[in-house]
Amino acid sequence: MTVNAMTSKEVTRKVFSKEELFILDVRNESDFQDWKIEGENFKYLNIPYFELLDGVEGIMDKIPSDKEVLVVCAKEGSSIMVAEMLADEGLTVSYLKGGMKAWSEHLEPVKVGDLKEAGEFYQFVRIGKGCLSYMVVSNGEAAIIDATRMTDIYLEFADSIGAKITHVFDTHLHADHISGGRNIAEKTGATYWLPPKDATEVTFAYQPLEDGNLVEIGNVEINIHALYSPGHTIGSTSFIVDEKFLLSGDILFIDSIGRPDLAGLAQDWVEDLRESLYKRYRELSEELLVLPAHFMIIEELNEDGSVSEKLGTLYAKNHGLNIKDENEFRKLVTENLPPQPNAYQEIRETNMGKINPDEEKQREMEIGPNRCAVR
Amino acid sequence: MEANKILDAKGLACPMPIVRTKKAINELESGQVLEIHATDKGAKNDLTAWAKSGGHELVNHEVENDVLKFWIKKG
Repeated sequence: MTVNAMTSKEVTRKVFSKEELFILDVRNESDFQDWKIEGENFKYLNIPYFELLDGVEGIMDKIPSDKEVLVVCAKEGSSIMVAEMLADEGLTVSYLKGGMKAWSEHLEPVKVGDLKEAGEFYQFVRIGKGCLSYMVVSNGEAAIIDATRMTDIYLEFADSIGAKITHVFDTHLHADHISGGRNIAEKTGATYWLPPKDATEVTFAYQPLEDGNLVEIGNVEINIHALYSPGHTIGSTSFIVDEKFLLSGDILFIDSIGRPDLAGLAQDWVEDLRESLYKRYRELSEELLVLPAHFMIIEELNEDGSVSEKLGTLYAKNHGLNIKDENEFRKLVTENLPPQPNAYQEIRETNMGKINPDEEKQREMEIGPNRCAVR
Repeated sequence: MEANKILDAKGLACPMPIVRTKKAINELESGQVLEIHATDKGAKNDLTAWAKSGGHELVNHEVENDVLKFWIKKG
């Protein structure tokens, strides 16, 4: 039978539409346990490729013949080998093109809404890593928020809709992924905005983003209103766009809240986090659509693959917004935290411009899930 | 460390370093040591896990000028 190559885009569509898929992950067990392709109706079997070198006869009874089968490995080489062995046994199977490396880098643009005047709002879902970035488009101009390092995707997307990128923002100094913000600004001549309190050690020029800053995109009145909301980092800033969308960065997620410890100052920043979530955000309209910089679990995706929810709904349902006792809150966000993201210190230094690792090294630093939240 | 055999797997991508290692180990006697040179960064985790599952011992490993070196004693 035959072996097909399945792209990350095709797998993403299956995640969004909740299709069934049987994934044979042939990476070693610890890599699989740490991070895998998540889908609500995906089933998994993890057998390292090096245990299959003598043949796949021993696992044939574990592989369904009535389901689509996808073989996955780190970079694709081993998955092709195993897929071919399965094909020799009579199965029709696919392998993931580019492996988990490509999965980690795939971005899927999803439209999350229209602006009041002419304009659209897009969310770029980095499905394999749970990072969310944004593009606001109005009247031929575009702003990008929390860009990943896969900068060509934004440049090509802006080009395809005839928009010129004029402003680039990071809500905070990221610790889980390498920002593409500076790179995009250099390529397009756009202004790169960073919260100055997060940028005290950066080695490049930037435009300081401060509470109350208003930025216009296009020549119609599309306001991007910056709101200082420390807690995940000391500089963390949220944006209210067009009085309709709230970009919450790593402060508030759909089913969790930000963790304050990735710069090593958890105890100091707990009160900031609480003030941002329990006071500053409380004063905002409950009708705002919250658009975070991450999702943690696949259940946070909406039907169309986007990640968003009204602020009022989050105040009713998100556990992290409903802890009355301040000590209990402090405990939640400083104790029993999940492991820190892979290479988070090196990632922070890269985003400050202190080190300049090559692409291969950047890829390696970003491997794995994002882990910026506490539940 | 004294090796009974040296395998050059430099420049090879996964799964070839392990495929070659397995073949080379098959040609050794129990207790003999295979030295492997590889450049694929995934080789470290995979060789470690492979050696363990196959009953071999990863005696030592080091990095020298971007080349990963492993010494595996056949079980």
